[in-house]
Amino acid sequence: MKYIDEFRDGDVARRIADRLATEARGDRAYSFMEFCGGHTHAISRYGVSELLPANVRMIHGPGCPVCVLPIGRVDMAIRLALEHDVIVCTYGDTMRVPASDQLSLTKAKARGGDIRMVYSAADALTVARDNPERQVVFFAIGFETTTPPTALAILRAQREGLKNFSVLCCHVLTPSAITHILESPEVRQYGTVPIDGFIGPAHVSIVIGAAPYEHFAEEYRKPVVIAGFEPLDVMQAILMLVRQVNEGRAHVENEFTRAVDRDGNLAAQQKVSEVFELRPSFEWRGLGEVPYSALKIRPAFAEFDAERRFDVGYTPVADNKACECGAILRGVKKPTDCKIFGTVCTPENPIGSCMVSSEGACAAHYAYGRFKDIPVVTA
Amino acid sequence: MVNLGGIRKEVSIELVPQAQVGDYVIVHVGHAIGMIDPDEAERTLALFGEMSAMAATESAA
Amino acid sequence: MNARDDSKGGTVRAGYVRPLDIRNGRIDMGHGAGGRAASQLIEEIFLAAFDNPFLRQGNDGASLAIPQGSRLVMATDAHVISPLFFPGGDIGALSVHGTVNDVAMMGATPLWLSASFILEEGFPLADLKRIVQSMAAAAREAGVAVVTGDTKVVEQGKGDGVFISTTGVGVVPHGIDVSGANARPGDVILLSGTVGDHGVAVLSQRESLEFETTIVSDTAALNGLVADMLAACPALRTLRDPTRGGVATTLNEIARQSGVGMLLDEAAIPVKPEVDAACELLGLDPLYVANEGKLLAIVPADQADSVLAAMRAHPRGADAARIGVVTEDPHHFVQMNTRFGGRRVVDWLSGEQLPRIC
Repeated sequence: MKYIDEFRDGDVARRIADRLATEARGDRAYSFMEFCGGHTHAISRYGVSELLPANVRMIHGPGCPVCVLPIGRVDMAIRLALEHDVIVCTYGDTMRVPASDQLSLTKAKARGGDIRMVYSAADALTVARDNPERQVVFFAIGFETTTPPTALAILRAQREGLKNFSVLCCHVLTPSAITHILESPEVRQYGTVPIDGFIGPAHVSIVIGAAPYEHFAEEYRKPVVIAGFEPLDVMQAILMLVRQVNEGRAHVENEFTRAVDRDGNLAAQQKVSEVFELRPSFEWRGLGEVPYSALKIRPAFAEFDAERRFDVGYTPVADNKACECGAILRGVKKPTDCKIFGTVCTPENPIGSCMVSSEGACAAHYAYGRFKDIPVVTA
Repeated sequence: MVNLGGIRKEVSIELVPQAQVGDYVIVHVGHAIGMIDPDEAERTLALFGEMSAMAATESAA
Repeated sequence: MNARDDSKGGTVRAGYVRPLDIRNGRIDMGHGAGGRAASQLIEEIFLAAFDNPFLRQGNDGASLAIPQGSRLVMATDAHVISPLFFPGGDIGALSVHGTVNDVAMMGATPLWLSASFILEEGFPLADLKRIVQSMAAAAREAGVAVVTGDTKVVEQGKGDGVFISTTGVGVVPHGIDVSGANARPGDVILLSGTVGDHGVAVLSQRESLEFETTIVSDTAALNGLVADMLAACPALRTLRDPTRGGVATTLNEIARQSGVGMLLDEAAIPVKPEVDAACELLGLDPLYVANEGKLLAIVPADQADSVLAAMRAHPRGADAARIGVVTEDPHHFVQMNTRFGGRRVVDWLSGEQLPRIC
């Protein structure tokens, strides 16, 4: 597969690994945060951490949109299905997120809720067209990559005059999440979570461009390297970050030049700003209320806003006391620091969202990296 | 219609209206969200190689 | 036969029954009532296709003779696949192959099948005939006979066209012991061919996904291949076909059953490029995608080469490969050296990756 296989070449990986071993200075540690679900997945699936020098560590940030979705929002979707007789269309991963009352969307479906898995917002439109006598709500989650398709769906619904389609908008913004982490006490004051730099997300950057990250580099003096989502991209980006740290630089560099430029996808950005506007505040699971970090539907498209069409208010719900998802999302703890990781909380029975999505830190570690936790005799 | 290793699927190019037949695109949730610049791809691959070539010359020095 | 005159002045043979309207007819509740309509359905569709001495006796059961010096092996499978017809096969062929293979995976020679059908009211007779003929062809090719069966009909909306359940009985000579509990550290793991073909072929027909591909299901009977492998190595430890959940799930099952670990070599696992691409597009891992015409074998290390040669000599094992080894591991992990140079665990499948794939 062109543009895929070349970026997964094991020989090149070893050579970059050797380079890293030479350039990472032995007298200090390096900690880099990535917050792109695709990167978390790539690092685990291809075993990238194994190829890094011992003093270079990756911290998984809040890059998984399912993982940062608060329980209260899933509750809203469940209520729509069970109490308002709505057909709820949702992406696959969201279905298993544990919500209130021992429910999840999958469990609500087993109770009779009409909940359907879709692969895109356009599929939800098709469901609305095929079921004119029912109300259909698209549960829209995701960062800046998934937002433009939702915008397109709303615009099309308006063009077609669909009366039974609306969107429960939970789209969130990447730069705000980074700021929030950089402003957190653990990073700013206590220094308990040293973050020396960031790997910028792949897909999100295709849409928003490299420009939005310049703010972090300047304001917080942290280097950012935007990386593609193949394992070689990630390794190269880590090397570039190590170099910046060694040289005392804090710039935005772009490893993913084949798909990302400074401005991003302007056509996509234009559609998004046409349909959505900023929410003053939005609760992120694990991060609490984050200002100007999420989107809501503009008044001009109010008829497609499920929060306005239906009487479902948002009620914040606290996480299970033993669940460390919040700390894990902020990079303060590792999955293995959580008391219930792998015992009570498993992919079959996820207690928190980090275990639900394959991009979540806990799920990724459970599926791919557990062998490192336990000494195992190998052949 | 995109082709990946012989698999063909219809995706929307509303977000990448400038895409032409023969171009490579990055697809997410049924939509093309960006194009791949072949020159930059080559440059990136060369960069991987260069970085490791530098390792060879440095250790030789 | 008596003739009698009808009102138009011609003759009608008594005992004449109008044949089923295969082209336009549909299953109705009468076909499940056990009366004449049911009997006609059985005769014209099932008995016509499966015809053999057992069925010709017309009893509700079959009396089978067991060869001396053998044990019996029995296996059962139900098939609820959707869609019923897919590139490379259909639910009928699948129901024969699946059970024949389950019996063969015990090291046994499959001989007899039972087939039980749950039909939905409104199901087209033409489709039923096509499925049953496909089953008959699959059974003939595998050298097994469908010796007994059953038909029921449920109201429209309570079934999904047709559900088929097959049970297979085979014989295995004393001394052959093939089981998932036999794997030992040091044994070699073999795979008979490319992974993921069936799952991808079925998925390409699912409405919301709809992608074009030339991949066809690999559904096939493996008893011939197994016979050749056993001839090359009677001390084969384990055989299993990686259906739902794929190679990953099957290996994890065996690891747990035998109390061992495994180490695989990703580069050695055969995958067709199109299957790789489809999985890439859909976000799937080929190791977890169902196969219906492949088997995994665990053999003592010194026999690996001769078994592999026997596999490659058989049409259903042409792409056979050595994919890993069995290790000593109290945690029963299945690990894999990735093409990229790292190592990862190949865990059990979590959640439902592909519904109704078998």
